[in-house]
Amino acid sequence: MCFVRSRSRRGPLSRLIAAVGPALLPGLAAADYKVNLPPPVTPIGEQILQLHNLIMIICAVIFVIVFGLMFYSIARHRKSRGVKPAAFDGNSKLEVFWTIIPFLILVGIAIPSTATLIEMTDTSKSDMTVKITGYQWRWRYDYPDHGINFFSSLATPREQIEGAAEKGENYLLEVDNPLVVPVGKKVRLLFTANDVIHAWWVPEVGVKKDAIPGFLTDAWMTIEKPGVYRGQCAELCGKDHGFMPIVVNAVTPEEFDKWVVAQKQQVAAAAASADKTWTMEELMARGKQVYQTCAACHGANGEGVGPFPKLAGSKIATGPVDAHIDIVLNGKPGTAMQAFGGQLNDVDIAAVVTFERNSFGNKTGDLVQPAQVKAARK
Amino acid sequence: MATVAHHHDEHPTGITRWLFTTNHKDIGTLYLLFSLLMFFVGGTFALVIRTELFQPGLQITDPHFFNQMTTMHALVMIFGAIMPAFVGLANWQLPLMIGAPDMALPRMNNWSFWILPFAFMLMLSSLFLQDAGGAPATGWTLYPPLSVQGGIGVDLAIFSIHMMGISSVLGAINVIATILNMRAPGMTLMKMPMFAWSWLITAFLLLLTMPVLAGAVTMVLTDRHFGTSFFDAAGGGDPLLYQHVFWFFGHPEVYIMILPAFGIISQVIPTFSRKPLFGYHSMVYAIVSIAFLSSVVWAHHMFTVGMPLAGELFFMYATMLIAVPTGVKVFNWLATMWRGAMTFETPMLFAIAFVFLFTIGGLSGLMVAVVPADFQYHDSYFVVAHFHYVLVTGAAVAIFAAAYYWLPKWTGHMYNEKLGKWHFWLTMIGMNLTFFPMHFVGLAGMPRRIPDYALQFTDFNQWSSIGAFIFGFSQLLFVYLLIQTIRGGKKASARVWEGAEGLEWTLPSPPPYHSFSTAPVVK
Repeated sequence: MCFVRSRSRRGPLSRLIAAVGPALLPGLAAADYKVNLPPPVTPIGEQILQLHNLIMIICAVIFVIVFGLMFYSIARHRKSRGVKPAAFDGNSKLEVFWTIIPFLILVGIAIPSTATLIEMTDTSKSDMTVKITGYQWRWRYDYPDHGINFFSSLATPREQIEGAAEKGENYLLEVDNPLVVPVGKKVRLLFTANDVIHAWWVPEVGVKKDAIPGFLTDAWMTIEKPGVYRGQCAELCGKDHGFMPIVVNAVTPEEFDKWVVAQKQQVAAAAASADKTWTMEELMARGKQVYQTCAACHGANGEGVGPFPKLAGSKIATGPVDAHIDIVLNGKPGTAMQAFGGQLNDVDIAAVVTFERNSFGNKTGDLVQPAQVKAARK
Repeated sequence: MATVAHHHDEHPTGITRWLFTTNHKDIGTLYLLFSLLMFFVGGTFALVIRTELFQPGLQITDPHFFNQMTTMHALVMIFGAIMPAFVGLANWQLPLMIGAPDMALPRMNNWSFWILPFAFMLMLSSLFLQDAGGAPATGWTLYPPLSVQGGIGVDLAIFSIHMMGISSVLGAINVIATILNMRAPGMTLMKMPMFAWSWLITAFLLLLTMPVLAGAVTMVLTDRHFGTSFFDAAGGGDPLLYQHVFWFFGHPEVYIMILPAFGIISQVIPTFSRKPLFGYHSMVYAIVSIAFLSSVVWAHHMFTVGMPLAGELFFMYATMLIAVPTGVKVFNWLATMWRGAMTFETPMLFAIAFVFLFTIGGLSGLMVAVVPADFQYHDSYFVVAHFHYVLVTGAAVAIFAAAYYWLPKWTGHMYNEKLGKWHFWLTMIGMNLTFFPMHFVGLAGMPRRIPDYALQFTDFNQWSSIGAFIFGFSQLLFVYLLIQTIRGGKKASARVWEGAEGLEWTLPSPPPYHSFSTAPVVK
């Protein structure tokens, strides 16, 4: 009786599946579904993948056995088949058995896990060091061995995010300045943060580590295959947590050496440009670029975002120039307005202040030179 | 086993009945209805999240509001939906199951419920203060320094957590006092229904951990407003201290939300298998050892913070060990079904779904316990999939099983079985379509708590969003069924289910307003 009823119950349901199923199928066939960890490019990443696959298989086998038995029981031991229920309510041998077997399986998993973990935590004998600092909402990379440092910010244009332009291939996973490392070298990574906790995660490299303000944590990677590997911040760090990607560019040691030289030349050029006098056009053009950092909170058109103040017609952006430079350099304590003095150079700050004072309907006509910012730093 | 039903008609009617009630059945009803309301509030937040994530790009929310939604979804579901539902079930069922006339501390019982609506009004009000930062946008864990930066919503959340904590502690005291003092003559601890056992242990976990949570968030409050630096390295503090203290609460909290579910399933499966629960003693020992282990594994939420090797190893081994007693429970349920004479009414369907789906969550739990692999899973959608399999297809499904199982007892009417099964199957399709693809996007590299994502994650996110809407809207069917059952329907017998065993089934359906005024005797 019950069986007959359950059949008629499935009627409308199977009709529903029949109706919806084909609608989903084209998507299924067309899409390139990624269902497992990405192919690793480091020895540790490889070990993690093997560990992951091992546990997956163990879990799948357990699952199939246990639920094979359960569904067998569901099919056979039903009242509608006229079964009389058994009365047993325990079996000590069986219970001991299924306590000990899982324990042994766990020991089997724990041994390779421990070995991999020990290897992961050993950051000694590294070839070079990169210090990674999390900021709201970008990364800073310091190469203490090479005297290079720079910021790495999201390069995806806002128009793509807001749906005004078509999204590119590496949407949200592209940055202006990627982390460049040589392949085949053991790179020690040090992590810290400037404001709140972030986490640096690149799945193909097999590294995820929290960056904690006031503390240093470490990890290491030896990338074996040249290429571009992309990741994201993995610890909620405020509004633009989803918009601070990581791009690692692994190159041959020769290319890396060339890159280091080029970086040093850029630093020298930047220092020289701080001493020259800039025109309004140059400052406005550069300021518009730098303003992308500010736009996260103050809005693309200076209109403000939620609780974050607008700049259009604001007291700071239309009042005295010195106060404006000061707040950009030193931040406003107790608010999300950071001190950008350590993040932006004199030219950038001069440019962005000039830009803010002559955009969004602000018409102060003020022109701030890098020298003025340099003076304000003292 | 004779019961004498005294009829007291002097209790107030209308709104005052509910405001001043000290009756465990009324308070149980209040808790359950409150939980249902919060289930829909939290579900609405989830649908905002899933709508935004239907495609890449920012469509309906700005990132700050999106973060408010993820935070509020979690806080409302954990503290507003799941926990009060279990307390409501405890209120209704514990006295009926152990043969007590009421809870041990009825007036405190009234208070512990009525704190809750005010706590949630306080927390939800922050959504209307968007100019002051809106609701907390820090994730439900309120990690500093992010929570120190946050707006007024963080303060409101902290105060409401204080209030919920008081409510939970009072509720826990009440459960312990009731179970230890008011069992019917002859009902020794080892004869107690499994639901009572699971709640007794849960209550001790609540007593252990809720004050710790209150302490942690109070320190955030003083860091925010009174110049302390508990969690600020610049002032000699440590952001990780918060995480240790928080998860000392947070991990047992997970078991606070699953142990009563274990209890429910251990009642439902024997009833519909027409066979006694397999391995009663090992079930009790399993609950006790899970509770103990759950208190010493908190740092497995923090494997990526840079703990020393010895710490990582200890927390990995201890966490893996939980799989042993949990496995024992699953095997015992299976053995209970084995060679029974099963029928598959809606409560049984939900119970079987619980065993099946909770095990998926349990096995992915084993995976995230393995530290090296967890470096990939941590804070990715894989973890989101894992804990939704435990809390939604686990805890929430068990609550549905309990609701269908005891609804005829509470209302005196049988619910519409056909509608119940429709609700079950739609819920199953919806929740699995929502949560299963999250495993895949997580492994492929999608972090949690992001309002926008790279193009490669689009397809699975669309599946999840469609599933979420099926899941969400099919719950309206449950509300309809509930109203239908309360208002009328086929009269339910005292026993309700052919295979039901226990004191609650010796009372008529619905039970009299005051039941077991004379204690039954258990042999």
